[in-house]
Amino acid sequence: MPEGAFFIIMVTKIVVVFGLMLLSVSYLTWVERKVIGDIQVRLGPMRVGPHGLLQPIADGLKLLFKEEIVPHAADRTLYLLAPAIALIPAFISFAVIPFGDQVRFFGQTIDLVITDVNIGLLYVFGVASLGVYGIVLGGWASNNKYALLGGLRSSAQMISYELSLGLSVIGVVMLSQSLSLVEIVDAQARTWFIVLQPIGFLIFLICAVAETNRAPFDLPEAETELVAGFHVEYGSMKFAMYFMAEYANMITVSAMTTTLFLGGWRGPWLPPVVWFLIKLYLLIFLFIWLRSTLPRFRYDQLMRFGWKVLLPIALGNIMITAVFVALR
Amino acid sequence: MEWLLFVPLAAMALVTAVLVIVLRNPVYCALSLVGTFFALSGIYLLLQAQFIAVVQVIVYAGAIMVLFLFVVMLLDLGHELPVWLQRDRPRLLIGAGVVVLLLLELVIPIGSWTARAPQGSSGSESVGGVGNTQLVGRLLFTDFLVPFEITSIILLIAIIGAMVLARR
Repeated sequence: MPEGAFFIIMVTKIVVVFGLMLLSVSYLTWVERKVIGDIQVRLGPMRVGPHGLLQPIADGLKLLFKEEIVPHAADRTLYLLAPAIALIPAFISFAVIPFGDQVRFFGQTIDLVITDVNIGLLYVFGVASLGVYGIVLGGWASNNKYALLGGLRSSAQMISYELSLGLSVIGVVMLSQSLSLVEIVDAQARTWFIVLQPIGFLIFLICAVAETNRAPFDLPEAETELVAGFHVEYGSMKFAMYFMAEYANMITVSAMTTTLFLGGWRGPWLPPVVWFLIKLYLLIFLFIWLRSTLPRFRYDQLMRFGWKVLLPIALGNIMITAVFVALR
Repeated sequence: MEWLLFVPLAAMALVTAVLVIVLRNPVYCALSLVGTFFALSGIYLLLQAQFIAVVQVIVYAGAIMVLFLFVVMLLDLGHELPVWLQRDRPRLLIGAGVVVLLLLELVIPIGSWTARAPQGSSGSESVGGVGNTQLVGRLLFTDFLVPFEITSIILLIAIIGAMVLARR
């Protein structure tokens, strides 16, 4: 493939994926409000556009035109930087996730993944582990007690659950013999890993919810005790960036679950990309469902559950898988 | 072509490393160290060591430095005076002496080794063939098995020690 064509294809893929992700992020706010509304037997947003469909645009415009306020006692540099630090990792981890098979287009074979790195899985974990900086720094830089407590809770929670998250996918890596996400999807051509790794799947899903700071693991922003946690002092577009980071993280984590356990883009009859999106959105629906169903953990319950339940089970799962892989 | 990436990365590593000790706000110091880790990770990537590069970010930037920040934020250390404004002559002199000693220790071996740099068992060709992670794994469990296991025992002892101290 000539250099120029490679460059054009690469840029196109990045622009399309990034654009779709931004669109999904803004419309997920609408989906979330509608689904929760439905579960709580009310209508959700209805006023802006038919069935409130233009609500995300109205919200976005409102946030854009709001006054920028920086608290007097805040650490200005970090206060302004923190939302961006939260947002960037949320978006760039999608770069290694395959969302379809190869397609032929103008005589070129195009892989439907931005880039296939042979350490793709580790890349996602590496990038995801940086997301916590945005929250911790935002909490500290605001110079507010509630914000600081939210930030500290977040760092403790992320570190505790990242361990189990990492251990839960080792079974998948042992079965597929690769860290490349493309090869992991290929290894699921016959059976999805959710069948072979049901325990790993459950642990991954629970830790994924904890990593995205969503209910029932939303202690960093617990409204009833910390007002809004790490983003109390944030308004206008900076608040929106934290929100976008949360939704982008939700998409990335769902895409990872799809890729690692649900066969990625594989499925009968429908085109691969459609299958990928169906699985992705089913998982996102599950996230929203969880939020409107489960009450929040208490802090000591959260820590006990992470270290004394999830971690030992994840380790046991690795041992059992190792025995089976060795006997095969 | 390689120096196009190497020079900015090396410069970033040096600048952020100096900032770690020059900046007076501990939170900014910790963040500068994260910057250093990133630059080093980039240099590892240039050396075809993707596994080490990513592990560097996961372990140091993603876990250890987050815990450092955690502690620094809780302590609320505030701003310190710059070193050159502090009135503590003897300590300054000792510090300067240690710096000179360390620099000498660093410069002399590097200067004498450049002619015969130690060769690793696998070059970038074999890395491209088998894949970086597989190669690191195989070496860890064959040639370097004993050091690897000893490291894990040392870490275990550290964990148990921390538990004992915390329970006191």
